[in-house]
Amino acid sequence: MSAVIDARRLAMHSKRKRMNFVALTLSLGAMSFGVFWLIWILFETIYLGIGGLNLATFTQMTPPPQGEGGGLANALFGSFVMVGLATLVGTPVGILAGVYLAEYGQKTWLGSAVRFINDILLSAPSIVIGLFVYAIVVAKLKSFSGLAGSLALALLVIPVVIRTTENMLSLVPNALREAAYALGTPKWKVILSITLKAASAGVITGILLALARVSGETAPLLFTALSNQFWTSDLSSPMASLPVTIFKFAMSPYENWQKLAWAGVFLITVGVLLLNILARVLFKNKH
Amino acid sequence: MAAILPAESAGAGRSESQPQTAPIKPQTPRRRVAPWADTVFAALSQGAAWLTLAMMVGIIVSLILGAAPALKAFGLGFLTSAEWDPVQEKFGGLVMIYGTLASSLIALVIAVPVSFGIAIFLTELSPNWLKRPLGIAIELLAAVPSIVYGMWGLLVFGPILATFVQQPLQSLLHGVPVLGSLVSGPPVGIGILSAGIILAIMIIPFIASVMRDVFEVTPPMLKESAYGLGATTWEVVSKIVLPYTKTGVVGGIMLGLGRALGETMAVTFVIGNMNQLSSLSVFEAANSITSTLANEFAEAGEGLHQSSLMYLGLVLFLITFVVLSISKLLLVRLKKNEGARS
Repeated sequence: MSAVIDARRLAMHSKRKRMNFVALTLSLGAMSFGVFWLIWILFETIYLGIGGLNLATFTQMTPPPQGEGGGLANALFGSFVMVGLATLVGTPVGILAGVYLAEYGQKTWLGSAVRFINDILLSAPSIVIGLFVYAIVVAKLKSFSGLAGSLALALLVIPVVIRTTENMLSLVPNALREAAYALGTPKWKVILSITLKAASAGVITGILLALARVSGETAPLLFTALSNQFWTSDLSSPMASLPVTIFKFAMSPYENWQKLAWAGVFLITVGVLLLNILARVLFKNKH
Repeated sequence: MAAILPAESAGAGRSESQPQTAPIKPQTPRRRVAPWADTVFAALSQGAAWLTLAMMVGIIVSLILGAAPALKAFGLGFLTSAEWDPVQEKFGGLVMIYGTLASSLIALVIAVPVSFGIAIFLTELSPNWLKRPLGIAIELLAAVPSIVYGMWGLLVFGPILATFVQQPLQSLLHGVPVLGSLVSGPPVGIGILSAGIILAIMIIPFIASVMRDVFEVTPPMLKESAYGLGATTWEVVSKIVLPYTKTGVVGGIMLGLGRALGETMAVTFVIGNMNQLSSLSVFEAANSITSTLANEFAEAGEGLHQSSLMYLGLVLFLITFVVLSISKLLLVRLKKNEGARS
């Protein structure tokens, strides 16, 4: 009798073991599946991107189809201007709203409403932001412009900065705030020179991540900044940007355009990954 | 650690200045520096918070205003009509809505099991020294701009998919009634399936990192008790961790779905941009809401065409709003339970 039970137990045991083995193998497979894409995409980007890269990429304007040479200088410049402006505008607003969430409105209805809405804006389709800016700026001024593009990007910077600022401020120990209050420090000073300072590494990380996110954004620029074949620093006219130029060039059948698109994709990937790694290193050193 | 530093330096600065000033100026009550500063700063930060709300309201209002002519002309029939004819000004969004939903669904079917496996690997299986680099690799995958995925999908992945998956499937299923038509179409590797696969690769990191984070919420005590009773790793994951974190897991999946629905560039590159619903083949060029917007909006003439595109944008925004709200609510619920149950 007990032999039968023992045999059953053994069978059960080996069945459980087998199940475990299968599940864990699948999990290992899933992990390699994920890493596999990363390596493949990075490899193709580097391989094809470096092939299209040379000095002219940085110094010459975007070429006409099937022309010789040419570069991405105007697109790179446009991207720098718009991303820079967006960060300049979006960061203070984002930090202030993050300060509100962490220091003023933790328990108010406004605080919870903003937190909820902000998390949705964080993942909302960026093309809808483009539609919004089109409706309030481009349609009113009757012209596509670099300014509208910057505004669209700024609206994408704000939620990222709010999120990280709030998270980082809530990590600052309350004892620090109480000590400052006990010395009679007014609240604005406590926030600016104590809590924000203590959380500065985290806040800068957030800004870098926001920068990385918007420098690769294409969708919101498509019908705000449009694109431009020439160098322009006039913010009220259509402006070229790296992502939109890549989009236009990659979808074209012309070989020289496609080659430049790969060079552009290489630059953008390297830039974004470097920003991400920088943000991580910065954050890790401080914590 | 870092948080303590400024406090120390602030304290040091004070103790230096005090002995000097105290004897010279005795007993004058110190005036507050800029008493208005507190009010101004509070108002500024509250204003910035209001701005976020205003942004959301602004988006919805401007989309509704922009879509108003189309809403008036087509009403809700817009959602069920597959006609899209800019010349005759007849518009319906069914093709795009179908394309968006179908490609996101394919993406979820692929991404959810893979992300689940990755999360298990990162929380239960991986040796400690490998956890960080692998976690970072997955997060970097999330940071790669979508245009890179799109271009890679169009120029590298598409042709490979066509040669090694579509053509064998077509020759295998040739003449089979339903399945055969599902894989028909020219072998260029463009269509809903490639869009779904590229989307899956894009949302795997999002779902995986949320799942990993919520798995780590499980109290170690619970897991250790199960291990102590002789449970296998898989049993601990499926019977302890998963039931404990299921709201968070669903929240993570919803977050990924929200991303997939609203993704523009990756889809626009590979979906083919053709307004047709006559062939349901996953290899036939199709269209999604985002790709239609990306391709047509800048060129659309003012009037019904542009307004219909705004209508599409409104539909997309409402769908993602609902999906993301559900995701957020589920994740918050897990966080609330965290204290109560552990």
